[in-house]
Amino acid sequence: MNISLNITKTITELLSGFMPEGAANIGAMVTIALIYLAIFAVAGLYLVLLERKVAAWFQLRLGPNRVGPWGLLQTMADALKLVSKELTGTVKADKFLYNLAPYFVIVSSLMALAVFPFTKEFQAFDINIGIFFLIAISSIGVIGILLGGWASNNKFALIGAMRSGVQTISYELSVGLSLLTMVLLTGTLQLSEIVEVQKNGWLIVQGHIPAIIAFMIYMIAGTAETNRAPFDMVEAESELGAGFHTEYSGMKFAYFFLAEFINMFIIAAIATTVFFGGWLSPFGITESIPWLGVFWFIGKTFLLVFLMMWFRWTFPRLRVDQLLTLEWKYLLPLNLLNIILMAVIVWLNLTIQF
Amino acid sequence: MSYFGDIYKGIKTLLTGMSVTGKYFLTSRKGAITQQYPDNKETLKMFERFRGEVVMPHDENNEHRCTGCQKCELACPNGSIEIIWDRQIDPESGKKKKMIDKHIYHLGMCTMCGLCIEACPTDAIVWAQNFENSVYDRSYLTKVLNQPNSKLKAGVED
Ligand code: SF4
Ligand code: SF4
Repeated sequence: MNISLNITKTITELLSGFMPEGAANIGAMVTIALIYLAIFAVAGLYLVLLERKVAAWFQLRLGPNRVGPWGLLQTMADALKLVSKELTGTVKADKFLYNLAPYFVIVSSLMALAVFPFTKEFQAFDINIGIFFLIAISSIGVIGILLGGWASNNKFALIGAMRSGVQTISYELSVGLSLLTMVLLTGTLQLSEIVEVQKNGWLIVQGHIPAIIAFMIYMIAGTAETNRAPFDMVEAESELGAGFHTEYSGMKFAYFFLAEFINMFIIAAIATTVFFGGWLSPFGITESIPWLGVFWFIGKTFLLVFLMMWFRWTFPRLRVDQLLTLEWKYLLPLNLLNIILMAVIVWLNLTIQF
Repeated sequence: MSYFGDIYKGIKTLLTGMSVTGKYFLTSRKGAITQQYPDNKETLKMFERFRGEVVMPHDENNEHRCTGCQKCELACPNGSIEIIWDRQIDPESGKKKKMIDKHIYHLGMCTMCGLCIEACPTDAIVWAQNFENSVYDRSYLTKVLNQPNSKLKAGVED
């Protein structure tokens, strides 16, 4: 079977058949953006459903099972409900920023999706600073949260937004440094090449001890980055109502909600690409059928997403001071030590290669 | 070295927690505690310790164990129980004796604290496990627990 999944090239070629080149490029970009948007809006909905099911199973419940077979249409129904709801707002809100905030959040999380190599071919945008781009983009979302919290003119929203700021600024460091540790091993920032390097063993195997430490730190910091429990002080229900999105309703709330789930997917997808060989199959068992890579990629990503859900439904929420202690006293120093360890290992060629 | 000790302990306790929830996750399909209520209305049976309402069991001869001692009425913190009694001639001994007329129980006021059941010296009242207690008028919530023409079981008072 020979399916060409190189969508950027395929669509550009298709369009340039009847368009001037510049228009074809722009047309291709728009088409790809729409395809990604459609795929990930639906994927986001099903992530929500998955989360609810997993949560239910962790708590010995059944989870949604009424709408459609096994409740598969539940989140569709929820989305319809949210679309049909009135968009309320506060009188004293800063209207412009208030309306802008959800788009900031959702756009920044969708932008990050562009660079992931789902297979060798299926990658919308392969820039040579992929990891750097991801780290940069993933922290833009917090601006949306800060804006939303500030513009809502609501105490709870503001406190939630400020906590989010504190949290993202701190944990950004750990995410960046733990990925940097792995970059020491790959020697490149380009995601497609990072996957290429892993043909001799996934990086978590190649880099053994420091890679595992980096992975653990990355998962902790990544969970914090997505503002999910146990790091969900941003929307701590018992303290802040709904946190930064207290004043949002209907579709604007749904954007925040969807963004959270897409962010979770992104964090897991970065981990998949950097630690677990992206679309590579274990021991190269399906190497001859490249398009199967999509399933490997998605499969690994969902395992990691499941891990994050497991965290969420096991651990209690941290306090703000505990959160900062964890980052600045534990994760950061360990991370710096870990980088040195990794550098030594790469320098002495102690990596495990197959 | 308590710094690294803390990290070790932290990771260990986190993993312990995750293993607990993980076990729940794996067994959840069999042991789900959710009752899909209106669907299994026919078969749903509440567990033993469920507190539905206070009832007074009667045996086949329409006899109960309530002596009318009023201890439950005194024990109830919110006055959900009223005992109406009078002195009647006991047919066996021919003496005048305190006997129960009506044991009135206000389900609408009851907090299901169970103190009346604790207090009853003859175990005349027990918990029932029924749970579909909603009615259209609150007067239905006032119940007379002893059935009409019922009488005290012989030997309970001894
Ligand atoms: S259960 Fe408590 S509130 Fe209800 S009747 Fe008995 S003592 Fe009163
Ligand atoms: S129910 Fe028990 S406590 Fe209440 S009056 Fe009857 S015997 Fe006494």
